[in-house]
Amino acid sequence: MSERKVERTASQSEALTDEEAERQIRRKSRRSFLLGAVTVAVAGSGWWKLRSLAPGSKEAQDLGDVAWPFRRALETNEKLSRAYFRDGRPAPTFPRKEAKEPRLNAQVGLPEEFDPAAWKLSLLGLKDMSAATATDEDPTPAVRLPIEAIKAFPKADMTVELKCIEGWADVVNWGGTPFAEFLKRYPPPTKSGKPVDLDNRLDDLPQYVALETPDGEYYVGLDIASAVHPQTLLCYEMNGEDLPLNHGAPLRLAIPVKYGIKNLQRIGTIRYTDERPKDYWAERGYDWYAGH
Amino acid sequence: MKRLEKKHPLAIRWFHWINFPVLAIMIWSGLLIYWANDIYRIGFGSHTLFKFFPDAFYHPATNLAGKIDAPLYTLDQKLATGMAWHFLFMWVFFLNGLLYVIYTTISGEWRYLVPTRRTFKEALQVVMHDLHLSKYHPPRRKFNGAQQIAYTSVILMGIGSLATGLAIYKPVQLAWLTTLLGGYTLARFFHFWLTIGYVGFFGIHVAQVIKAGWNNFRAMITGYEVVAAEEKPL
Repeated sequence: MSERKVERTASQSEALTDEEAERQIRRKSRRSFLLGAVTVAVAGSGWWKLRSLAPGSKEAQDLGDVAWPFRRALETNEKLSRAYFRDGRPAPTFPRKEAKEPRLNAQVGLPEEFDPAAWKLSLLGLKDMSAATATDEDPTPAVRLPIEAIKAFPKADMTVELKCIEGWADVVNWGGTPFAEFLKRYPPPTKSGKPVDLDNRLDDLPQYVALETPDGEYYVGLDIASAVHPQTLLCYEMNGEDLPLNHGAPLRLAIPVKYGIKNLQRIGTIRYTDERPKDYWAERGYDWYAGH
Repeated sequence: MKRLEKKHPLAIRWFHWINFPVLAIMIWSGLLIYWANDIYRIGFGSHTLFKFFPDAFYHPATNLAGKIDAPLYTLDQKLATGMAWHFLFMWVFFLNGLLYVIYTTISGEWRYLVPTRRTFKEALQVVMHDLHLSKYHPPRRKFNGAQQIAYTSVILMGIGSLATGLAIYKPVQLAWLTTLLGGYTLARFFHFWLTIGYVGFFGIHVAQVIKAGWNNFRAMITGYEVVAAEEKPL
């Protein structure tokens, strides 16, 4: 009881004359407000500095990237996301009848003049590049596949949300071959030299997949775990019909574990690599990972 | 005769004043993100009373000097900027809030804050008093019923913002949470309205602080309030 009393009185002074009370509170105020002012000044200049480093600022543009505090934060978030990422937590699926044509949001990499009949998928960084050829348009030797070859692979379809980083989502039904099935048929080299084992030895593979449109205008990078996720499709059908040209025919990526920006329309090149690939929107200040 | 009375612990003053600019940054960067898909409105059916937000809100047409093509500020075309700030400062917002909750729990400060059975009646009386509709006078206590409800609600709102934010940031790996909140689209809707809630809280809070006066405000900075010597201790 007496201890509690001491505690009580410690939090309040004894009765003071008005002048003495005034003097004491002034002293406390001076100290606190001064400390407050210093804190505001430090925080304010920190904020000002950060502002000059944020995406879109002149300094960030000069650096050609997002300056370190912001990029570091995005990368830290990415590390946590990748550590938590499991195939067993797939993107929710929806009834087929809810599917509709997704909003047309960007046409970068989809020029109006395009001949689908002449299109071939170029593959780089495979284990076996012996079939690689150069063409008139593309002097880099690559393994080239017509759309029929991809359509001959096992097919899957799914009705999922295409989630835009802007904050909207459309339910779409995608049909195509799972990227994992494609990878098994056109594997990259493994570090150990052993055959590809997607269930147990993801580390054994190149860590990234780089995709580009045929004209090279739009490009995305994927971490290997997202690329071989069962819901990642090389897609040639949308809502049960042939993929239309303005959605990336003849072949596009549907990857519901990522935002829409990674769902590259019209794949020209697929390349396995251990170097983090460049990414169109990451170069414009967005999160490179952009995954769920 | 007067005396100085300790009112707000140092830790709580820091949590409070750190949260103020951090929440401001979260709201500002949230607006930069919201701009990219600004679909919410107040209305019924096809009739819209107010759209979040009119164009003038994103870039007021004139600056103070009256120049048409030089807006005071611009909130449009800055999605990347908004996300960069949002996904950095979310950590500060979260950690500061978490430390606050831990501190109030361990220190026992929660006793002043968490509503009890009497709180709701008292809160109503306080509101009636503030609106000059009743002669009732709020009790001399650290926080009256209305404050207890407001300060507890705003913490719950903070938890809500974290939950809805996570649900739209990682809607696949946290699909259980997103589904619980009604899906990606609805979770975003809640995330937005919680922000409007903070703005409302801020408005009322500042008005009440102004009304309560300097002695009360100073206590949030120095920790001490000057009271008449004969008043019962808090």
